[in-house]
Amino acid sequence: MSAHFPALIVVSPLMAAMVVAILAWVRPGACLPLAVVTLAGSLWAAAGMLWRVVVSGPFAYHLGNWPPPIGIAYQIDHLNALVLTAMAAVALVNLLATWRHARRDFAERVNYFYALYLLFCAGTYGIIVTGDAFNLFVLLEITSISGYALVGMGKRDAALASLNYIFMGTIGASFYLLGVGYLYLVTGTLNMADLAMILPRLYGNKVVTAAFIIAMTGLFMKMALFPLHGWLPNAYSESSSPVRSLIAPLTTKTMVYVMVRVALYVFPVDFSFGHLAFAQPAVWLAVTSIVAASLMALSQTSLKRMLAYVLIAEVGYMVGGFWLGNRMGMTGAILHIVNDAAMTLCAFLAVGSLRQQLADDSFKALRGAFRRMPWTMAVLVVAGLSMIGVPPTCGFFSKWYLIGGALAAGQWAFVGALIFSSLINAVLFFRIFEIGFFEPFAASDHGHPPDLAYAEAPATVIAPMLVTAAGLVVLGLLTGRIVTRIIDAAIPAAIL
Amino acid sequence: MNTLITVKPLLAILAALCLPPILASSRSPNAREAWTFGAALTMFGVIASMLPAVWGGARLEYTLVQVLPTVSIAFRVDALGLLFALVSSSLWIVTSLYSVGYMRGLKEHAQTRFFSFFAFSLAATVGVAFSANLLTLYLFYEMLSFATYPLVTHHQDREARASGRKYLLYILGGSIGLVLPAMLIVYHLTGTLEFSAGGILAGKAGAAQLTALLVMFVFGFAKAAVMPFHSWLPAAMVAPTPVSALLHAVAVVKVGVFSVVRVVTGIFGTGLLTELNLGTLVATIASVTIVAASLIALSQDGLKRRLAFSTIGQLSYIVLGAALLSPSALTGAMLHIAMHAFGKITLFFCAGAIFVATGKKFISEMKGIGWRMPLTMSAFFIGALSVIGLPPCGGFISKWHLVIGALEADRIVFLWVILVSSILNAAYFLPIVYQAFFCSPEEALFERRVQEAPRWCVVPPLVTAAASVALFFYPQPFLQLARLATRHVLGGF
Repeated sequence: MSAHFPALIVVSPLMAAMVVAILAWVRPGACLPLAVVTLAGSLWAAAGMLWRVVVSGPFAYHLGNWPPPIGIAYQIDHLNALVLTAMAAVALVNLLATWRHARRDFAERVNYFYALYLLFCAGTYGIIVTGDAFNLFVLLEITSISGYALVGMGKRDAALASLNYIFMGTIGASFYLLGVGYLYLVTGTLNMADLAMILPRLYGNKVVTAAFIIAMTGLFMKMALFPLHGWLPNAYSESSSPVRSLIAPLTTKTMVYVMVRVALYVFPVDFSFGHLAFAQPAVWLAVTSIVAASLMALSQTSLKRMLAYVLIAEVGYMVGGFWLGNRMGMTGAILHIVNDAAMTLCAFLAVGSLRQQLADDSFKALRGAFRRMPWTMAVLVVAGLSMIGVPPTCGFFSKWYLIGGALAAGQWAFVGALIFSSLINAVLFFRIFEIGFFEPFAASDHGHPPDLAYAEAPATVIAPMLVTAAGLVVLGLLTGRIVTRIIDAAIPAAIL
Repeated sequence: MNTLITVKPLLAILAALCLPPILASSRSPNAREAWTFGAALTMFGVIASMLPAVWGGARLEYTLVQVLPTVSIAFRVDALGLLFALVSSSLWIVTSLYSVGYMRGLKEHAQTRFFSFFAFSLAATVGVAFSANLLTLYLFYEMLSFATYPLVTHHQDREARASGRKYLLYILGGSIGLVLPAMLIVYHLTGTLEFSAGGILAGKAGAAQLTALLVMFVFGFAKAAVMPFHSWLPAAMVAPTPVSALLHAVAVVKVGVFSVVRVVTGIFGTGLLTELNLGTLVATIASVTIVAASLIALSQDGLKRRLAFSTIGQLSYIVLGAALLSPSALTGAMLHIAMHAFGKITLFFCAGAIFVATGKKFISEMKGIGWRMPLTMSAFFIGALSVIGLPPCGGFISKWHLVIGALEADRIVFLWVILVSSILNAAYFLPIVYQAFFCSPEEALFERRVQEAPRWCVVPPLVTAAASVALFFYPQPFLQLARLATRHVLGGF
């Protein structure tokens, strides 16, 4: 069976999504277990493929035994096996941590939530494993459409936020499709491996250049790089908390992965980084993104919106690090795909847990949170420290590579932006911690705050959160191994 | 020099990380404090057990995890690190006694949190002392920053919040804004972060770049409170006194100067600094801090604030000693880490004892207090003598080495700095003692009836004061370590 992991990882959640939708009528109680088992199976398959890649190198899988370019090829290498494992773990942990919230938020619609959840995961996994540029677009649409539906399931303004998300997301995806179309026009193939062989002969071709720039623009939009980020804050803050902590870690990071995949393995490296003067503007765009998003995060008044802007800044980290064009920066970018997914999950799980227990989501509602919800706040502190970049959390180590790469490339603006964003993150998080720790102020200096009317979340919510928080430290300590065994092999030898 | 691989440095750190039992026994204060003492004693025992090997010229090493392809989280116990660890861990035992007396005496809230983070802070301090490379040092340095925050802001009132903000602004601003980029630049230039006797930067960068790096490190380690990065320290005095005593006279601030000394000796190397004459730059910065802080201390009425400014000045003695780069100056600097610790912690213990017994915080309210609290004020007197640097106290020994060191380096200016500031030290300490004992009965604000603070607030300052005196007559453990470290740093072996 393990030979078919590349197919199973996409097909099984896809099938399970349909089964869940049907089971919702017949055996509503069986939906959640089925979803959990499916996601756990996906994680198993992803980890198995990562193991195989590390041990015996990359391999290809031809769907239905149809050889490319007619059939669809799934290409498993170090890069996507790593990202896939991270995403599969995030999807599973998130469902385990938030199914209680989902039951409360969605009531009788909860089983459709599970179905959409699985569909979303199937699409995401597919994007990561596919070796076909058009197939990637199809899976992107599956992910996006289930994402729009998930966001739209939220309360009040969710429908409007979802509509905005649909517009921007569709434009982004269409740009990508347009780029792929241009490539098909000049090469006659959609298979990534084929494209990589044909494109070196077409350096001077204006259509190829146009295809590259258009596809990248589309991806920048989908990953919410400033100034194309407009859809993200509303979509993430209006959606329900189980949805938020699913799409926030998965969506933007998957798009960054696609950028890496396209720029390294579809277009030749010396085209992306040498022939085209794209890298320098991209780094500047990333610098702008980091600085602007950090400043905007400062002006937010609710935790989830603040985190949404922090997320946009983090996208800037990855884009900037990647386009530095050296091995260290690229290592940082790829490492940060994994680390940021984990950090974002951790932060949004804590926020989700707070949101379920507190009256509203203003900063003020966090008064006394350290006293009332010590575990949840501890998890938020770990996530915050990781986003600030404090060792030994994983956030520090991706920053290490990113700043190191920027120094090597002489990109001082990017160094400055990263340090600036770390400092802003410190302000952002400690502003919240202060409210949770100090307020409400007591009369004397023996601050016993009056009892507040909320309590810690149940243990079934806390346990997965603690695992995630511990994961941030474990990931940090494993950095050396991840880099030498996986990421080094994921970056083409041409990158020095 | 032989190297031993042993897990002891890690054990010493883990000993202090006794958070689970402390948290678990939060409902039984006696059991909780027993765990703290157990941790403190274990830690001290493990650290002391490494003394013979280090004395014998060995280094103890342990690599925890290869965290980056070329850098690991690793420990190395050498003479300098062991000196600092010994000071911190021995004083932790005394401070734990004092904490029990102080926190219970004032019926402070959240004592479990207090003791947990206190232990956490000590673990981080010893981690810094035993770091084998800059990354490990940075890791524990940051851990200490965050572990100390809940202690500084213990009272959870508005004043505590303001002080906490200032604390983070300077400490985190320095470490993330200056040290982190400086560390990455060092790594970029050399490909390593390992501390080594001759430094690692020689021949890797130009003079201007090295100067910039050095300045980034000296100011970035804001825990060393070199002006103008000092004002978090007086603000942090809002913390309960045991915190001010152990953390803001010993552990935290000494971690700052220790880091500076490590970077100066292990990253730059004394040879390189002498060659570029960069020592003078740092010595000048330190001298300005010494004189300015002493002058400011003169005008402070809050006892703890005066002590804080005194600490700022004294820390810069250590930086000055390291920057003079001569053998005696280096020995004096390292020795001052220990000598100042015993003297200053005594003073803080006394300040806290006065507060517990009388509720007084201001020097102007302490006229005649010597008759009310004779033991406390006697200890205060001895602590003050030690910090001023007069015999028969340990502080004399370290200052003596600094003075000789300035002569060795042929820098008479800095000799004057040390002498003038010693007079200033006397000027801001001795009047407190004088007015405590020698004032006319009508001026005295206290009755002539002995009423000391609770036992556990009085015994610790007496112990540390006695230790200060003992260190004058028997400075061997620390002097020996400081000499070993100096010889190592100057490339003796």
